Amino acid sequence: MLSQESLALIDAEVAKYPADQKQSAVMGALRIAQTEKGWLKPELIEYVADYLEMPAIAAYEVATFYNMYDTRPVGRHKITLCTNLPCALMGANEIAAHLKQKLGIGFGETTEDGRYTLKEGECMGACGDAPMCLHNNHEMHTHLTPEKVDELLDKLK
Amino acid sequence: MSLLKPTHQVCSWTRALDDPASLATYVAHGGYQALRRVVTEKVSGDAIIAELKTSALRGRGGAGFPTGLKWSFMPRAFPGDKYVVCNSDEGEPGTFKDRDILRYNPHQLIEGMAIAGYVLGARVGYNYIHGEIFEIYEIFERALKEAREAGYLGDNLFGTDFCFQLHAHHGYGAYICGEETALLESIEGKKGQPRFKPPFPASFGLYGKPTTINNTETLASVPWIVQHGGQAFLELGKPNNGGSKLFSVSGHVNKPGNFEVPLGTPFSELLEMAGGVRHGHKLKAVIPGGSSAPVLPADIMMDCTMDFDSIAKAGSMLGSGAVIVMDETVCMVRALERLSYFYFEESCGQCTPCREGTGWMYRVVHRIEHGQGRPEDMELLNSVAGRIGGHTICALGDAAAMPVQSFLKHFGREFEHHIEHKRCMV
Repeated sequence: MLSQESLALIDAEVAKYPADQKQSAVMGALRIAQTEKGWLKPELIEYVADYLEMPAIAAYEVATFYNMYDTRPVGRHKITLCTNLPCALMGANEIAAHLKQKLGIGFGETTEDGRYTLKEGECMGACGDAPMCLHNNHEMHTHLTPEKVDELLDKLK
Repeated sequence: MSLLKPTHQVCSWTRALDDPASLATYVAHGGYQALRRVVTEKVSGDAIIAELKTSALRGRGGAGFPTGLKWSFMPRAFPGDKYVVCNSDEGEPGTFKDRDILRYNPHQLIEGMAIAGYVLGARVGYNYIHGEIFEIYEIFERALKEAREAGYLGDNLFGTDFCFQLHAHHGYGAYICGEETALLESIEGKKGQPRFKPPFPASFGLYGKPTTINNTETLASVPWIVQHGGQAFLELGKPNNGGSKLFSVSGHVNKPGNFEVPLGTPFSELLEMAGGVRHGHKLKAVIPGGSSAPVLPADIMMDCTMDFDSIAKAGSMLGSGAVIVMDETVCMVRALERLSYFYFEESCGQCTPCREGTGWMYRVVHRIEHGQGRPEDMELLNSVAGRIGGHTICALGDAAAMPVQSFLKHFGREFEHHIEHKRCMV
C-alpha cells in the first residue's frame, strides 16, 4: 500500500525507539503515509498499524487526535492559516478574508476542482513572522501580504 | 561572541555568524568543549547539579522551576533505563524562541542534552519538536547526523564508557503535547493526554522509566553554565532569576522578533528593542508570558522588569517569555474571544471542567463580542473560569481560565460596554 521509499522512512522512525516500542513510530509513520497518499483513509491507517504491530484502534486514536492528520480527503494543496491572537494582531484576519475571497471557499472547505483546501490553524510557533500559513503541513510561508498570497496560489498547480 | 567568552547571549550568539547551524561553526567557537571536559575528566554529576543550583537557572518553558532542583529529583543511580527529554513543542501563542535555537544553534542544545544524559545517567534522549515547524525538524535532524558522525553522540564518546543516543520526535499538531506528561504519551505513540501526577516523570516517565524533561532553552543554557560556572550565569541576571533569556515579542510592535536580554531588564527597554509600539500608537496591554499568562494593562507593565519575580508581583507570569503587545486599537473582547477559542479547540477532552468549561467560556465571550451578551455574563464567565482552575489533571485548565479572569479584571469596562451597547467602545 505504501512505496518502498515510504517504508524505508518508516523503518528509520522505528529505529529511533527501543525494539519493544514500535508504536512510538506511529506519528512519524502516519505523517509519511499521509505525505505519500494525500490523506489517511481507514485502510491506510490499518496498514500502518499492522506494520507497527499495534492495534488499529490505537492508530486511529492518534490520527484523529493530532490536527495535522487528514482523515478526510483534502485538495492537492492544503493551506493552513494561523489566526491565533498574535497572528490576528499582525493582520491574519485580513489574509483570511483575502484567501476566502480569492478561492471562493471558507475554512474547512475544498475548491470544486480539488486544487485547494483552506484550514484555520492554531499557533505554529512562529508568531514573530506573522501572518503565516503552512502549505501541505510542511512548508511555512511567513510575512504574508495579499500579494504574496496571490503569488503562492499561482505557483500551486 | 562565543561559548568561550562570557556574553549575555547564552543561546542566540550564533545568529550573527555565517552558517550558524553547522557543526563547524559551533566547534570553531568552542562548542562541545564543555561536554568533552565533563566526560573525559569524569566531573561528578553532583558538581554539575551544584553549579546549576548556583546559576539559578529556572525552566524556560513556562513554569520557571529551578533546573538544578529538577535534576536532583532524578534517581541517577537507578540501574535501569533512564531518559532525557527535551520539550521543543513550542505552541503557546506568542512563543517562537525555541524555533530559533533549533534553526540557528542546534548543537548547543545537543551538547546540553548530552551533558544532561551524562549527569542523569541516561543513555538515550529525545527532542520533541512542534508539528508545524517541519523544516526546523529537518534542520535538527541534520545537526544530529553531523554530531553522530563527529563523535559527539553515540557509543563510547571521547574514548570513555559514556554512551548517549539522541533522536528527534516530530509532533503533528497538538498544543497539549507541550505539557510534559502528554508529551511522553505522545512519544509512546498515543493520544497526547496528560497523566495524573504523582508519580512524576523523575520516577515514572517515558516507557515508565525515570525521565527528566526540560525546555529547549533550558537545556541549551547548560553548556554555557558548565563552561563559565553557575556564578557567572547568575550574575548575568538577578538573584533567583539567573541568566539572560530569550523574549519573543509579537503583536503591535515595529520590529517583532526574539531578543535575548538579561533577566531583570526593564520592559520599556525590551519594547524599545522591538522598535516600540507600531505607528506611534499608545500601548494598551501586554500579555507578558504567552497566551496563558494573565494580561497586564500598559501602566502596570511599564513598571515591570522582565524576570520571574517582577512579573509575578505584578500579577502575571513570565511564562515562556512570549510578550504579546497590544496597542490602543485592540478590542479586548475580540482578543479574548480568539484566545478562548484556542483553549476550547486544544483541550484534550480528558477532564470535564476543562473540556466543557472551555466551550462555555468561548461561547459566552463569543456572544458578548457579537452583541448578544447578557447582563449576567461577566459573573458567569468568572464562575466558569473559577470552576476550571485547579480542578483538572494538567495546567491547560488554569491556562484557559487565567486569560478570562485577567481580561475581566483589567478590562471589565469594555465587556460591560459590549453587553450594554451591543458594540465595541474601541
